[in-house]
Amino acid sequence: MTNNFIVSGSPHIHKQESISRIMWTVVISLIPAGIAGVIIFGLDALWVTLVAVIAAVLTELIFGILTKKKITIWDGSAVITGILLAFNLPSGVPLWLPIVGAVFSIAIGKQVFGGIGQNIFNPALVGRVFLMASWPKYMTTFVNPLNYDAVTSATPLAILKEGKILEHISYWNLFLGKHGGCIGEVCILALLIGAAILLIKGYISWHIPLSYIFTTALFVYIFGAGKLFTGDWLFHILSGGLILGAFFMATDYVATPLTAKGQLVFGVGCGLLTAVIRIWGGYPEGVSYAILMMNAATPFIDRYTKNRIYGTR
Amino acid sequence: MKNLIKEFTKGIIKENPTFVLALGLCPTLAVSVSVANAIGMGIAATFVLLGSSLIISWVRDFIPEKIRIPCYIVIIATFVTIAELCMKAYSPALDRSLGIYVPLIVVNCIVLGRAEAFACKHNMGRSFFDGLGMGVGFTLALILISAIREFLGSGQILGYTLVKGFEPVFVFGMPSGALLVIGLLLGFFNLLKSKKI
Repeated sequence: MTNNFIVSGSPHIHKQESISRIMWTVVISLIPAGIAGVIIFGLDALWVTLVAVIAAVLTELIFGILTKKKITIWDGSAVITGILLAFNLPSGVPLWLPIVGAVFSIAIGKQVFGGIGQNIFNPALVGRVFLMASWPKYMTTFVNPLNYDAVTSATPLAILKEGKILEHISYWNLFLGKHGGCIGEVCILALLIGAAILLIKGYISWHIPLSYIFTTALFVYIFGAGKLFTGDWLFHILSGGLILGAFFMATDYVATPLTAKGQLVFGVGCGLLTAVIRIWGGYPEGVSYAILMMNAATPFIDRYTKNRIYGTR
Repeated sequence: MKNLIKEFTKGIIKENPTFVLALGLCPTLAVSVSVANAIGMGIAATFVLLGSSLIISWVRDFIPEKIRIPCYIVIIATFVTIAELCMKAYSPALDRSLGIYVPLIVVNCIVLGRAEAFACKHNMGRSFFDGLGMGVGFTLALILISAIREFLGSGQILGYTLVKGFEPVFVFGMPSGALLVIGLLLGFFNLLKSKKI
């Protein structure tokens, strides 16, 4: 009788969701893209991914022991960081590269800010940009798809950057991932399957990915070619890391705005920066830099897109 | 005498200008690419600190309160000019690789900071040892940062290759690498401080 009236503060309604449940669902949603990567680039892709995941989890464990905090390796967040980092690497890299990258991602990208929930940048992208700035030679050597020897090939965006014409790659091949690129970014079909899982589950909202992709496509359509309004927008959506970035990395819970309005601003900003870097920048691809720059702007966006408190002006 | 030694040693660890006071970070970021640059910069800055601390402490009673900063700057600029001309005359290669950062010692916050915080309140002997300690602390900090950066960024220290087969981490040769190293070292020194107290 006494237990029927529980007096407590809000929240009163609880859901079954928890950090680890969401994180492991994201891991599952990344598996199709991983399988596609292994099919396209061979077993090397699997080893790179495994090594990155193990290094990320071990770094998380060591930091947990050193700082005497709760060990957070079972919530899956370090696993995601490892997978996302590996998905942003070419499959032919020497295996110490994903290890260094994963240690840097977790140590500098996440733990020095205070661990899970405190990082201001997406940890996987921090690791990728570090590797890109340190060993550009390895990071821009791509393996030929479906041809597991050491023949290198350029990504479609890199070929475009050099001013060559890309007539031999059809949209269908771009969609299926039969071209050079990073492990997890090439197969758009597999990425969309994973993204659908997250969207149906409600773990990510449509605001950031759609505004991101739409803005990039629109900007590239207007300015992407010599004449206005003639850019090949479908090619730009299907090539490079745009789909991987928009659905899996720009939607990081911690480093992105909280409100729907803020998320739209974030997506549009990412889209503009990506398109600008791709069209006029020095690098062929700008997704990781665009997301990191908008991560830095997130507190600012959050400040100006606060929801109005009901009953106030 | 004991006091003087204390004024000297405090600048090296307890009040290290770079890692504890966080002063003079601009030249630290800029010239810490190689150990040779760091030593040159450290010696020049130590010379300016010593000279300006000594003179400012000597004339501290004649300087009117309201225009003290311009007076300090004139004294500091004199010593910077001496240092710059000497470097140009005797070590042109070092002068070329340090470039604009030698004249910029004028606006190094350590020099003006010690003038304002210490030399204008203490006698010449103590100011001299304070300046010397701060200069040595700054030089040691620069050498530490540049040794880490030069080793990681090019696999060498002072031009000698230490480890064969080491793949240089280019990022440490760039400004972002300087910020990274300084940030981590600042954190490390804060950790040491929090453990001690």
